[in-house]
Order: sequence, then structure tokens, then C-alpha cells
Amino acid sequence: MSDILVYALHYDGAINKNSLGAVAEGARLAKQIGGEAHAILVGEDVPADLAASLGEYGAAKVLTAQAPDGLAQPVVDAMAAAIGAGGYGYALFGGGLLGFEIGAGLAARLDAGVAMEITTVRAQDGQLIAERPILGDSAISEITYRSDVGIIIGRLNAFEITKDGAGPAPVETLSFTLSPQAARARIVTRGEQRGADVDIEGASVLVAGGRGLGKKEGFQLCDDLAAAFGGSSAVAATRAVVDAGWYPYAAQIGQTGKTVAPKLYLAAGISGAIQHKVGMMGSENIVAINKDANAPIFEFSDLGIVGDLNKILPKLTEAIKAHKGG
Amino acid sequence: MKICVLVKEVPDAAVHKRIDPSTGRMDRGGEKTLNPYDTHAIEAAMQIKESGGVQVSEIIAVTMGPASAVRALHKAVSLGADRSVHLSDDALAGSDVAATGYALAQTLKRESPDLVLLGQQSDDGECYTIGAVVAEHLSMPSLTQVIKLDLAGDELTCERQAEYGYDTVKITTPAVISVGDAINEPRYPSLKAIMGAKKKPLDTLGVGDVEIDAGKVGGEHSGARWTSAKAPPQKASGQIIEDEDTAETVEKIVAWLDERKLI
Repeated sequence: MSDILVYALHYDGAINKNSLGAVAEGARLAKQIGGEAHAILVGEDVPADLAASLGEYGAAKVLTAQAPDGLAQPVVDAMAAAIGAGGYGYALFGGGLLGFEIGAGLAARLDAGVAMEITTVRAQDGQLIAERPILGDSAISEITYRSDVGIIIGRLNAFEITKDGAGPAPVETLSFTLSPQAARARIVTRGEQRGADVDIEGASVLVAGGRGLGKKEGFQLCDDLAAAFGGSSAVAATRAVVDAGWYPYAAQIGQTGKTVAPKLYLAAGISGAIQHKVGMMGSENIVAINKDANAPIFEFSDLGIVGDLNKILPKLTEAIKAHKGG
Repeated sequence: MKICVLVKEVPDAAVHKRIDPSTGRMDRGGEKTLNPYDTHAIEAAMQIKESGGVQVSEIIAVTMGPASAVRALHKAVSLGADRSVHLSDDALAGSDVAATGYALAQTLKRESPDLVLLGQQSDDGECYTIGAVVAEHLSMPSLTQVIKLDLAGDELTCERQAEYGYDTVKITTPAVISVGDAINEPRYPSLKAIMGAKKKPLDTLGVGDVEIDAGKVGGEHSGARWTSAKAPPQKASGQIIEDEDTAETVEKIVAWLDERKLI
């Protein structure tokens, strides 16, 4: 029971980065508890070479299962079948929406303990111990498992991607039965991009806007400020405002958006929820402007300004222009 | 159609949170409020009812928690739920997300809902996984973080943002759907609704009333054992400026940026 089964999400012919990290982490941990890490890919006609490539990240074996893409419950069915066949002590997921849904569903199916938003996993006496930051990352809880299988769901970007594997892994096809509930959901469209295709990942300065901008037109303040910085600067957004249609999805930071690490991240009207934080916490300098002094973002910003962004941003834009001109 | 909305009482976000050092668990004392995400789930239920597309017989708010959690139910009823169910039992204390989801599912079975709605996450434990656990125990399809929900007959059309953009998913009811805050703008309860909330029917149930196996719930039986809470590595806290004179504030920001060669 010391093998680790790692879920690997794939889309458009590529494996998700967080899944690559999870496979590498699974391989590191399995070695310490005397087992192997196996990866599982679920979808329609998963390419065998794509599956085999996970061997480079440390998977000793890769299972592929034929099922509809993009939904959690078919993966729960497939993973429950693989785990039911024996040998697995843990199921591991990289950060990501589907991982949360699958991990939780699998916990219910297997009567297993589950912990999410895990940032560190370590081996001790042949068992895994997961660490989860809680209360706005002000404390860390340790989680151990008393169930036969322990389910570990990582935080976005928690696991380092390393290629310590021996090369392509053997691929096996897993046969399983789709549950009635899984058969009652079908994906109609997947991965629809909304709004312009903007590039924010290469920018050295990002001005990010959140709900505190008040309305769609509020983004003009961010556009103006980014323009004042000039050079390699761009505007980014939170999920809340992208969902509201104020800014393009391609500019979204966080859990279901981009992960960035610019030299300067200037957050305007962003509260700093964990789903946002995980996508930008690697930034070198974080400046936050928010009218709510209790906003979590002030707990991880280097410079925090408590005030009205409608007053501050225009003046800051002018001052930066003047500074650059002078 | 019968809609159950899962709600939860959470610490007020404006109040500082803390861990009880003796148990390693969150201290759930202090000011409490209805989980803000749950108000969107109630609103989604109300909009289905008011749209008239399907006949909604009842909207029932369901919660699990200590005696004080009844306040979250009163708020849910003031926002439009017809009645509420409160699962409350000492045997449930300390349940992890898997055990909580099991207990809620057993409670829901008693109501046989056609649709279960809930907020995508709760502000305290951020356990946006509970919907998937409940769905599994009820053998229902589920989807989380839904921001657009349409119902025609027994078919739900759901939109949500996932890893690669927006997905549209069609699901046949009965189903468990967790909604995101972009789905709607919750209404404010009227004074009359607030005053009347305590008069609406409320069932208070224990584990024995809903066939919960006591060996599967509570801190001692949960599969995940949450041990000590320790302090994370300390990061030097940042500088904070309270904006009083904006010209002066901006000068300070520019100086700060200049010092770090960011402009």
C-alpha cells in the first residue's frame, strides 16, 4: 500500500503544469516510502506518447482510461477502479479546479480522508504528512490519514516540476465502468476564451484590477497607469471581474487563470483571496491599494495603501509620467 | 421541483480569525454570519422559482452545525427559503469535509430534492469541495463554481470557468450544483421577511433521525486527522500608508518605487 496514484490533467495535447509538478512530487515521495508513483490520464483517446512522457517526470507506470474529457466524475470512477485493484496508499493531485472536484468525490467514494490546498508533503515512518496553510496563511495545520487511502490535493504551483525520471514509462489501459451519475453530465463546449487574447506572462510590471474598481470602465485607470510605466507593462484582472465581463479571461490571475511573477505587481481594488494569491505570490514587489484596511492582500503586500483608488490612481499615473519625463 | 440549499454559518470576515491552540482547529466562536457565497445559492433558487419555467414546490435551507447555526437558517429563510432543516448533534463535532458531506447527504436523502444548490466555497475553511462529496453520496452528477445556470425541464445548462477557459456543461437533474458569486446579485431581505423568518418551519435533527452512522462522523472518525497548528515562516510585514493627503501618498509611492528601481 505504498504506491501513489497521481492524476494528470491534459488538454489540447499537453499535460497541465500543475499535474507535471504533482507527478514529480509523487515520484519523490514514493521513493521515500518504498513505493512507486503511477500517473493516470482520463479522456477520449489519450495519445500513448503523451502518457508515456510522464515517465520523464518520474512516473513508473501510466494508466490511461477512456472517458469524456473535462469532467470530474468520470475520473472518480476511473481512479476508484485503479485504487480498488490494490497497492495504492495515496492519491495525489496538483492544484486546479478539476483536482479539487475529483479528490473530494474520490474521498466520498472510498471513505477516505482528504485534505486540500496542501503546500508541502513529507514522508515520515512510511507515511505521508501533508501541510496546509490556514486562516489566510497565518498558521499551518498538519494532516495525517487514518483511512486506507489518503487523498492529497495540492495548492496551485505547490509542487516543483523536475525531470528525474528514467524516460518514457510503460502505458496500460485501465478498464472501468462509468457510474450512472457521471453519465448524466456532458460537456458541450470546453475552454472557451472570452475577450481579447492579451499576453501578461512576459510583463515586468503588472497593474491588476479587481472588484474595487467598481465598474468595467474603472479599468481605464489601470490601463492609464500601465501605459505610464511604459516598456514591458500590462494590465491583469481577478476572476471576479473576468466573470463579470469587465476584462478578458486571458488577463486573469490565479487558480483558474495565469500564474505570474513580475518585478512589480500593483493590485488595485483587489482583496487578495487565496485563489488570487496563488497566482501572483511569486512577484518580486507587491503594492496594494484598497479602501478596506482589513483586506487580506495587506498581509502579503510590500507596500499597502489604504485609500480610494479613484483618487490615488490618476494622481499616481501623472506622477509616474512626470518622474519618467524628468 | 424541490430545491435544497446547503448553507453554513461562518465567522464574520471582518472579525479576526484564530486557531484554538489546544485542538489545532479553528476557533469557531465570535461573531458569525451566513456564508456570503450561500446567499448567491439561495438567490439562484429564488430565480428558478420566480422564472416560472419549472414549478418549484419548495426551497429548503439545510445546515449542519451547533445550536447557533440556526441564525444562518433564519437569514436563509429571510432571503426566500420556505423552511429549514438543522442537523445538530455533538457526535458531529470535528467532522472533516468528507464526514460533513456524508452527514449532509444523509440529511438531504430525507427530502429527496431534485436540485441541491450551495455556495462554491465557505469563507472559513475554503472547503469548496463539499458539493462533490455530497453528490457522490447521493449518486448525483455535480459541478462546482457555476456562474450561469439555466433549467429547462430536467436539463440544467451550466457555465463555469475551469483551467482552460469557460466550459458549458449539460446535466440531468437531480444534481448538486455549487455556484460562484458572479451568478447573481443577491437581494436584500425585507424587514417583514426578517421579522417573519423565525416563524417559518424549522426541523432540528440529530444523527439518529437521518440514519447517520455515528462511526463515520466526528473528529475521532474522520479519515483526515488535523494535528497541530504551527506558525509559518515569518515574512517581514509590509509598509502601510493610510491615505489622508493624496498628493503626499503618491509622492511616497513614487519614492518607494524609485528606491527599488521600478520606474
